Amino acid sequence: MAGQIDWVALAVFLFFFVLVTVMGFLAARWKAGPVSAHLDEWGLGGRQFGTWITWFLVGGDFYTAYTVIAVPALVYAVGAYGFFALPYTIIVYPFVFAVMPLLWKTAHANGYVTAADVVLGAYRSRGLELAVAITGMVATMPYIALQLIGMGVTIKAIGLTGDLPIIAAFIILALYTYSSGLRAPALIAFVKDIMIYIVVLVAVAVVPAKLGGYGAVFAAANDAFAAKGGDTGLILKPSQMLPYATLAFGSALAAFMYPHTLTGIFASKSADTIRKNAILLPAYTLLLGLIALLGYMVYAAHIKVASNNDAVPELFKALFPSWFAGFAFSAIAIGALVPAAVMSIGAANLFTRNVWKSYVDPGISHAGEAAVAKVASLVVKLGALIFTLFLPVQYALDLQLLGGLWILQTFPALVFGLFTRWFRAEGLLLGWAAGILWGTWTAWSNGLKPLATIDLGGVSYVFYVGLGALILNAVVATLANVVVGWVLPERRGVIAPS
Amino acid sequence: MWILLLVPFVGLLWVPFYNFQEPALFGFPFFYWYQLAWVPISSFLIWLVYRSRARDEAP
Repeated sequence: MAGQIDWVALAVFLFFFVLVTVMGFLAARWKAGPVSAHLDEWGLGGRQFGTWITWFLVGGDFYTAYTVIAVPALVYAVGAYGFFALPYTIIVYPFVFAVMPLLWKTAHANGYVTAADVVLGAYRSRGLELAVAITGMVATMPYIALQLIGMGVTIKAIGLTGDLPIIAAFIILALYTYSSGLRAPALIAFVKDIMIYIVVLVAVAVVPAKLGGYGAVFAAANDAFAAKGGDTGLILKPSQMLPYATLAFGSALAAFMYPHTLTGIFASKSADTIRKNAILLPAYTLLLGLIALLGYMVYAAHIKVASNNDAVPELFKALFPSWFAGFAFSAIAIGALVPAAVMSIGAANLFTRNVWKSYVDPGISHAGEAAVAKVASLVVKLGALIFTLFLPVQYALDLQLLGGLWILQTFPALVFGLFTRWFRAEGLLLGWAAGILWGTWTAWSNGLKPLATIDLGGVSYVFYVGLGALILNAVVATLANVVVGWVLPERRGVIAPS
Repeated sequence: MWILLLVPFVGLLWVPFYNFQEPALFGFPFFYWYQLAWVPISSFLIWLVYRSRARDEAP
């Protein structure tokens, strides 16, 4: 258990950590460009990533380390309901295929780096730009903190205690992100993703063989849930079906509104790169589905865990030799570095383009933008580190949940404009505010659960609060648009569709 | 062809379609293998749409 250092696992862990650190610093020279001369270079890796690099980068960035810990933990705790991550990460791709190439074309044609750039370009509204930028930054911060928590779980499993290892890991991450920009996580993603694929393929082949096959794994979980009772089980309770579907749908719409996923989109070479990735990225979803099943294997292996998040590390420690457990833990910890780096870059790009450039120094040069973004990425990571060290873990979880609901409220401003120029900034801003306020208030008054309840004709429906807030957002935006159009027929500063 | 992109939404968001234990496949209850099966099916559907796009939309 924790407290006893597993030296073999630690040695393997350190080897891979040093390897990716060296790669992170050398990445500045990979596909070389003037990293400090232009934000396109530091913040988007030169907008040149082809199909495979984008596949590794977005895969490493969207399926985060926290996912590897938290999804099986939830499946372990509640069963089928925790599986909503699977439909979520399937239906996201038809959406990506249909929408993201259009967004890429707009960004590419106009040199946009962030979602808020796109919104400013479409609506010429500083208010809407700032709303989208702040939502992005605020939603990203707890997400970075969760990556640290995921990393902390694996470091603890090796037997290292205290905050020092995680602080050291984070300083190293901050330094090579500072010097290499998006090239660092893009390069490290290759190592991380290959390691994760090896770990998961071995785990899903070897573990059931040791435990008597998948039938036995599911049977053990079924027995455990039957004993546990409540809203747990191998299939959903009727009352869980609507929450399951709405969580999957709402999360899918929110996924590519985040700064880190959009950074992966904007960094790709062409619209076709994104289309091909919508076809190829589901390979990671298959992996995620198998990772989720690790939660059930914990029951079959008769392991008792103190906290749900320890489910996967304890399973690996119990069933694998030290060296392979060390390999698995390094895969998860390195898996935390990639999204943490891309998230801090995405947030730094937002700060630079939509706060610093818009309000502090409108005449900033390209090199100046890169310099501001580099410093901003350090500040963002420091903020996340302080968050992790000094606030209870539950705060990060709660804020990340609220972050998903908030980022979803930027959907109308970002996506509607790709298809129609009918909406105006005033309506979209009002819709954004309505969605955020109602959603936050509802989640808060439900004890920070992501579900809302409405009564229609005596039947109550429980659904994902973020999706409800998005619908409210769109309705308010539409109504406000009609009213504003009636009061002020003249449209202010809206540009024609390209 | 673009309508194919909506098929996974229908298949996965209408939960009563698949909220069953039986029939199991290789030990996986229906709920699990049905959803896992949608991963390659969705990729295939997107690929069909990708192939059929009008050429002027490329790249």
